[in-house]
Amino acid sequence: MKAKRHYIITWSLLLLVCLTSLLFGAGTLEIKQAFAVLTGQGSAEARFVVMELRLPRLAIGTITGLALGVAGALLQTLTRNPLAEPGLLGVSAGSAFAVSLAILFGASTATLTTLVSQAGALAGCALVIAATRIQGVGQDPVRLVLAGATLTALLLSLTSLLMLIDQRAADEIRFWITGSIAGKSWDQLTATLPTMLLAGAIVIGAVKPLASLALGERVAIGLGHRPGLIRLMVIIAVALLVGGATALAGPLVFVGLVVPFVARALGGADIRKTLWLCLPIGPAIIIAADTLSRLLVVPSEMPLGVITALIGAPVLMLIIRARRIPTL
Amino acid sequence: MNQTVTMANTQTSATPLSAKHLVMAHGSHTVIPQLDVALPAGQVTAIVGPNGCGKSTLLNGLARIHKPRQGTIVLNGADIHKQPAREVARKLALLPQDNSAPEGLTVTDLIRFGRHPHQSWLSQWSDEDQHAVESALRAADVGDLADRPLDTLSGGQRQRAWVAMSIAQETPLLLLDEPTSALDLGHQIEVFELIRALAHQGKTIAMVVHDLASACRYADHIVAMLGGEIISEGPPSDVITTNLIEQLYGVTCDLMQDPTSGSPMLFNIRRARC
Repeated sequence: MKAKRHYIITWSLLLLVCLTSLLFGAGTLEIKQAFAVLTGQGSAEARFVVMELRLPRLAIGTITGLALGVAGALLQTLTRNPLAEPGLLGVSAGSAFAVSLAILFGASTATLTTLVSQAGALAGCALVIAATRIQGVGQDPVRLVLAGATLTALLLSLTSLLMLIDQRAADEIRFWITGSIAGKSWDQLTATLPTMLLAGAIVIGAVKPLASLALGERVAIGLGHRPGLIRLMVIIAVALLVGGATALAGPLVFVGLVVPFVARALGGADIRKTLWLCLPIGPAIIIAADTLSRLLVVPSEMPLGVITALIGAPVLMLIIRARRIPTL
Repeated sequence: MNQTVTMANTQTSATPLSAKHLVMAHGSHTVIPQLDVALPAGQVTAIVGPNGCGKSTLLNGLARIHKPRQGTIVLNGADIHKQPAREVARKLALLPQDNSAPEGLTVTDLIRFGRHPHQSWLSQWSDEDQHAVESALRAADVGDLADRPLDTLSGGQRQRAWVAMSIAQETPLLLLDEPTSALDLGHQIEVFELIRALAHQGKTIAMVVHDLASACRYADHIVAMLGGEIISEGPPSDVITTNLIEQLYGVTCDLMQDPTSGSPMLFNIRRARC
């Protein structure tokens, strides 16, 4: 009963946010005209703005939000750490570094960027998992985040180094790395879809065993699951999702933290409920942030990455304070 | 004398789970140098011994949590590590020590996990699953707590919920690692009586037990371990002697028979003088 209400509220919220994102923008287009397009009328100009500028952003925002929210929830369950967020742990930074490297070498096709980005995310995941194996880091949520912040800083400075090499590439990297879903085309979206669907299939297959892993590794084995295989599948899914999202929108931090946090606050800690709730909440947060990015500093735009960081940083503080982390 | 009698017993009755020439090690440290054991069918076996004697390691080996360095664990006549994981989980349930569950998980949620080995990829919740969960709730007497989150329960209630998960797994074999370790006396009795009731229904059960008195009271078969080896094995009344207790724990005590159950009772326990 209560669960049903959560789904109704979150999905209606997403619908509302989507509508707002189509109706409001930084341009001169009036709301009335934008609304006319939605009812099948409107001028050619209004049609272009809504269908060719705002709709792709909406679609990309949806995919990015889905991917980052689900990836965050998976990584947090896997590491049993509520702070394990792809952006904070260096997974996004790994993929950003890989993409920057690709841009430097002149890679321009969206498909290639996506795959490079996912490979970078996989390397980032591997480093995170290695970090959790270090004595003391795996057990302490905050230490893992510190290790991730170090990795992120290292990868970002290497990325900056790349920007010194070539001015043309530097401009492209700089625009992309602040995080934005403006000015992206349908091509870029469709380039990520196959791997995103693959990740979705993996998640569907791995979710039940992953839920049992939350009861402890030995319990999971007792129930006939293979923890090593589950971890591998989940890490691949996280890399595909984060890599795909980063290729689309740049390295967005905090989204993978905030979305599962809200989902858990509503639906409890069970990974299956969390994932179901991430589906509407992830896109809603990205699309709302993107709409804000268009409206806050009219007529120019604020980068999406800045907005998500502004929303996310206080949530991180909230989680750390609420958990009363004992020693430092 | 006792030894030969038990050997004969285990050979005649079919044993569902046994270890043959088992060698277990953590890294370079050998915990169990060489060991053979067979669980008597339909009985409760208690594995006892001092800290670090390898009893949990043996249980983890039997439950295929850790692979043996050498030797085999035989489940229904075949090597356990050569059978598909899910099929093993339909024959053998394990309740490890110190379990934790995500906050907010309810008793029913937990018990439903027990049905995993019976479900295939993406399969829906069947009537059979529902029936198994309901009868597990009844068997472990947690029906009134079905919708309560685990973190709101007492230790004994929580442990009964975990046992209920194993019951829902509907396996003929159940292994438990110190099922009563963190419980007070009343809650210990709750859990032990539940285990006895399960054995009465025909399950073969093995448990690691810290408290020797409880092992004597609730087990049909005792496996006493010291330094990674089994030093004595058999029914409590045969195995438990003042000598064995001194050997295991370095204490001397007197023994008498429990007038109601006939199991050995320890009293006047004190440190052995060397």
